[in-house]
Amino acid sequence: MGQGGKGGGDGMNIGSFFTDPTNWSGPSGIPQLTAYHLYLTVLAVVIGAVIAIPVGAFIGHTGKGSFLVAGFANGFRALPELGLLILFVELIGLGVVPVTLALVVLAIPPFLAGTYSGVNNVDSAVIDAARGMGMREWSILFRVELPIAMPLILAGLRTAVLQVIATASIAAYIGTGSLGYFIFLGENTRNYTIMLGGAIVIAVLALVVEGLLVLVQRLVVSPGLRSVRQRRRVVRSSSVTPSTMDVETAGGTSSS
Amino acid sequence: MSWAADHVGLILSQTGTHLFLAIVPILLGLIISIPLGWLASRYRVARAILIPLGGILYTIPSLVLLVVLPLILGTQLLDEINLIVALTIYTCALLIRSIADALASVSDNVIASANAIGYRTSGRFFAVELPLAVPVMFAGLRVAMVSNISLVSVGALVGIGGLGQLLTAGFQIYNTPEVVTAIVAIVVLALILDGLLVVIGRTLSPWAKAARAGATA
Repeated sequence: MGQGGKGGGDGMNIGSFFTDPTNWSGPSGIPQLTAYHLYLTVLAVVIGAVIAIPVGAFIGHTGKGSFLVAGFANGFRALPELGLLILFVELIGLGVVPVTLALVVLAIPPFLAGTYSGVNNVDSAVIDAARGMGMREWSILFRVELPIAMPLILAGLRTAVLQVIATASIAAYIGTGSLGYFIFLGENTRNYTIMLGGAIVIAVLALVVEGLLVLVQRLVVSPGLRSVRQRRRVVRSSSVTPSTMDVETAGGTSSS
Repeated sequence: MSWAADHVGLILSQTGTHLFLAIVPILLGLIISIPLGWLASRYRVARAILIPLGGILYTIPSLVLLVVLPLILGTQLLDEINLIVALTIYTCALLIRSIADALASVSDNVIASANAIGYRTSGRFFAVELPLAVPVMFAGLRVAMVSNISLVSVGALVGIGGLGQLLTAGFQIYNTPEVVTAIVAIVVLALILDGLLVVIGRTLSPWAKAARAGATA
């Protein structure tokens, strides 16, 4: 695998990392590794969403098992990413499966917490109104609760993606061909320039993806939810105001 | 778990290092975030700069910070300072926002009452506004503490100490009991410190019981 053809210890010329053609081609070139990094990220995030969003929506809608969400979210945040990766490799063996499994485990809690608090925070007066109009439980969930919960679900998506991108970099330690490859290659060959170059590529990837998700959040969230302040002005005289503020507080804390 | 039984000394000493590396950034982060959070709650311009900046810094993965910080700080790659600075940055990114939100939500009536009793601005901040911010501030602290404890282990990848060392050692010789021991120790450590913060937060805000029940719902 292309060592980059660079020796010479801590030669601090970071430009050379990006101008070196060997870093741009082949299976350990930046484009290839970025593509694989993104592939791993999308795979884990999609599987995580498919598992966690229905469960979070169910718990939020019915209120059954809400204690699970609180305990789960906090306990799982404590799980060391590196530990999970190593454990799954030792139990399953090398390959894409153990890495994806570890990434999925890390992607689930933010989705679960976001979907649950989003659905759970929907104003009961709004749900009563939907029920009063004759909507069934399923359409209340899909046409009222989930759209209103969308800001928090997307906040969960952002947290999950961030976490998975970071952990996928670490996964290079156990031999996964992610962008973390350069960091460990540089470490093993005592070449700080390669480490730094790899770190910069990962940082750029994380920032670009985060920026895109913020954009998606702006596009997808229903215009009626866009400005809570505006909404509060409309409902000021009614008794709904406190829980409107709840939604705002919850959104603020989980997107941070 | 005979591996754990045979290595109690190693586990305890790495736990000590781990704890140190996780808690120092929390204290530093708190010291930095209180004034900055106050600025962000008071001045719109400060908020418009600090909150997005925190968001951007929070986006950068820990492994990246551990590699880039030596260049900025002039430290060695192995230096614990890099990890402490990285985790302090994450702690600040979380806390500045929660402190700013908490301070901004102190009701005008409370401030007017404090003024009427004769508090000056600085005295009012420490005696009235900051204590009222404690519940929200501690919610942020808990998240920072738990994720710091998990993130310290990433330091092992660049040779920094702590329980992560058991993970990398356990990977090199495929010693699964060692890996499991380290994971369990890290999670238990996180849960203990999380519980401790809950207790401290409640002790510091005895009046907030009812308000807390509403805010965390």
